[in-house]
Amino acid sequence: MIAADVNVAQNVGFYIIAAIMVYAGLRVVSTRNVVHAALWLVTVLGGVAAQYVLAAAEFVAVSQVMVYIGAVMVLFLFGIMLTRATIGAEGDLNNRNWAMGIPVALALVGVMAWVIIDEYGSSTIAEPETVMPTEAISDIYLREGLVPFLALSFVLLAAAIGAIVLARKD
Amino acid sequence: MYAVNFLLLGAVMFGLGVFGVLARRNAVAVLMSIELILNAVNVNLIAFALMNNSAEGHVFALYVIAVAAAEVGVGLAMVLMIYRNRRSIALDELSTMRG
Repeated sequence: MIAADVNVAQNVGFYIIAAIMVYAGLRVVSTRNVVHAALWLVTVLGGVAAQYVLAAAEFVAVSQVMVYIGAVMVLFLFGIMLTRATIGAEGDLNNRNWAMGIPVALALVGVMAWVIIDEYGSSTIAEPETVMPTEAISDIYLREGLVPFLALSFVLLAAAIGAIVLARKD
Repeated sequence: MYAVNFLLLGAVMFGLGVFGVLARRNAVAVLMSIELILNAVNVNLIAFALMNNSAEGHVFALYVIAVAAAEVGVGLAMVLMIYRNRRSIALDELSTMRG
């Protein structure tokens, strides 16, 4: 039974993107080739950006595309290329007792799904009239969120300096 | 839009990331799994922002994105340094600090 305020097209789009994301996520953690894992991760991150658009969060979606797909994935590919002589399938990508991760992850997902369905099982989200305006986000950043914002700048500065110091040859 | 959609998607992505962190031996693959976990959290934050029609979830998600970028930078620099010193980034070989 479909509730009255549920947009069917939005839900169909969500399920298609979610199916692609879950399959790509499975490949990220199961493929034998670390370069393929990085490229499947691009699919997951692009799917997350698409879900942000569906959730009326366009500024976060654009940030996701620029920061994750643009910058972080390039870093990952550089990291793979610089630490692996062989490009191709590798037998030792997993731990010896990697199968122990399956029950742990399944138990975790089971508990979380139980709690979520128990709490939000029948509730729906009203369709937003407009996307979240970027002014609203910037208002929070420059008023009550100003101190964390400045702290975040220092975190990024420290991370940049730390990365240079760590990776430098001397 | 059903409220459970985004939250269940976030839970599944979180589980996949936890499995990757536990199962993977390659340090770069573990960092990728951590990205999955952080994105699962971000999906949840955006979903709650949509539920409450508030911009604060978006601000938190942007903080998480920035911190994740910093984390990847430092993490990959550490992986490169470990690779230079040991010619391997297999995490189970880094047992020098074992008690």
